[in-house]
Amino acid sequence: MTRVLERPAAGGRTVEGVLGRAAAELRVGRMVWRREMIHFFRDRTRMAVSLLQPMLFLYVLGIGLARLFAGSGGGTRAAGDYLLFLFPGVLVMAAQAPAISVGSSIVWDRQSGFLREMLVAPVARSTLLLGKCLGGAAVATCQGAVVLASAGLVGVPYRLDLFAALLAELALAALAMTVLGAVVAVTIRRLQTFNTVLTVLMGPLLFLSGMMFPVGSMPGWMAGLTLANPITYAVDAMRHTVLAYHAQRPSTMLFDPVAWGSWHVPLGLELAIVGGFSAVALAAASRRFSRTG
Amino acid sequence: MFTVRRQHAPASSAEPPGTPPAILATGVRKTYDGMEAVRGLDLTVAQGEMFGFLGPNGAGKTTTIAMLCTLAVPTAGRIEIAGHDTRTAPRAVRRNLGLVFQETTLDVELTAAENLRFHADLYSLPTGTLPPRIDAMLDLVGLSDRRDGLVRTFSGGMQRRLEIARGLLHRPRVLFLDEPTTGLDPQTRAQVWTYLREVRAREATTVFLTTHYLDEAEQCDRIAIIDAGRIVAQGTPAELKSVLGADRIELSTGDDTAAAALLRERFGLDPTVGERGLCVQAEDGARLVPALCAGLDVPVYEVTVTRPTLDDVFLHHTGRGIRESTPVPTAAEGL
Repeated sequence: MTRVLERPAAGGRTVEGVLGRAAAELRVGRMVWRREMIHFFRDRTRMAVSLLQPMLFLYVLGIGLARLFAGSGGGTRAAGDYLLFLFPGVLVMAAQAPAISVGSSIVWDRQSGFLREMLVAPVARSTLLLGKCLGGAAVATCQGAVVLASAGLVGVPYRLDLFAALLAELALAALAMTVLGAVVAVTIRRLQTFNTVLTVLMGPLLFLSGMMFPVGSMPGWMAGLTLANPITYAVDAMRHTVLAYHAQRPSTMLFDPVAWGSWHVPLGLELAIVGGFSAVALAAASRRFSRTG
Repeated sequence: MFTVRRQHAPASSAEPPGTPPAILATGVRKTYDGMEAVRGLDLTVAQGEMFGFLGPNGAGKTTTIAMLCTLAVPTAGRIEIAGHDTRTAPRAVRRNLGLVFQETTLDVELTAAENLRFHADLYSLPTGTLPPRIDAMLDLVGLSDRRDGLVRTFSGGMQRRLEIARGLLHRPRVLFLDEPTTGLDPQTRAQVWTYLREVRAREATTVFLTTHYLDEAEQCDRIAIIDAGRIVAQGTPAELKSVLGADRIELSTGDDTAAAALLRERFGLDPTVGERGLCVQAEDGARLVPALCAGLDVPVYEVTVTRPTLDDVFLHHTGRGIRESTPVPTAAEGL
């Protein structure tokens, strides 16, 4: 019985060794990513139910508030504007549930034992975590894409380039939220504690993201907190991407871009902030994950 | 007495000289927060051996296994798995290990085949030969017909068998089984063991297992008993039992005093008189019984011959350890 298999050199000092190692890590990352996708698509009930909340926000709370604006003197134009304003935030919200569920899946894997199967494998732990986060972000983006499909109802034109840009921004926002969930998951090991902490954390993350009301209309303390929230920049970036393709530019203060003092934060920097936050948080989570037994 | 050849002789004799042992641990210590969980452990397991690792709860078993599979780093000492140092080459060690833990580590939301495929990705097994390998492993544990069934729907015994198949998928040198049959009913337990023997026959893997069932330990080529962080006994089951000495013969007679004198006189034995009758130690007790019955002039009502079991061995070694750790309880009790 042959027991020795062709394997990349363990030390990885040669070029082939390094490439072999990289290929092996890539394969593991893809496997972890795929597992997240399989889990998500096998659980149809969860998929349907988690779509309910963002839809409720957009079409019940959104329409309700929009009509309130219309009634209080803004006219029908204001009602439409508010729905358009709310739309990017709702996309982020749709992505939120599956994104943070990656955190609970890490804690759950620990509880159910599968984490151990992965931890004793000859792979880097950071690869496992990265695969997990990218998988979660991909699932979250898919979920957001379903809400995005209803964009026409709030007056967003169906254009391929716009949708591609929105999906890319959504994916970035999803990654940021996934990584945040992962940071909490590798710090708190008890499932019950984890769920409580994350629920408490996710509330302010959404409410203080300029998703429902513009930063410009917030009192100082609230604006300060909102500007410290990376999700704010993701929502704002998406809002202005939508606006760029919108036929009539609404001129209300709703769409004033996020500003530091009087300086409007450009779109590129906004995306860089979200990306930078994800990278730093991922590095921190991965360091912590590598240390734990 | 213990010259009986084991059915499964260690395969080490077949290995070319210079082949490193499957497991080699020297002077291993582990201290947690000033508590010494393992205090100087030496262990050698030859390639192809089935090795049983026994010990009471809290003896350092779990800690030792964690160190052997690179999940914990020893405070002192050195561990090599198939010649690879767990500290300097943990990846090489992990590639050579198959692990089946006490609690299940399967993904129950996936199918049996998917669990194996993910394992193959984790260990970067060549994809070309993977499908036949997966089929062979499922066949080995009798799960071929449940290939695409969700693990959630499997019974405890089936899950355990699937884990054994998964642990072997990457052809490890050593398969670790941490209480592989705990929580299974006797029938399922027997079935798992049937497959384990099949595994040995077909894959020629070294098997290192812990168990609370002494009948399972009996099936191992060699056994080590750990207590209070140290190995207190090591050897084949027969060797360990021989340490306890000969068989015990208990006699119930019409006149114990007379019988005792006769035993001394005619058989050269040294009987002790107890409440339940006479008791003597003798080699090959069962063969002695007819001679005893014929040679004693007093009526013999009952004869019991007890061979030392691993149970006795275990109690003997760990029992002594427990007394040592609590030195003078009697003085306090007397007050």
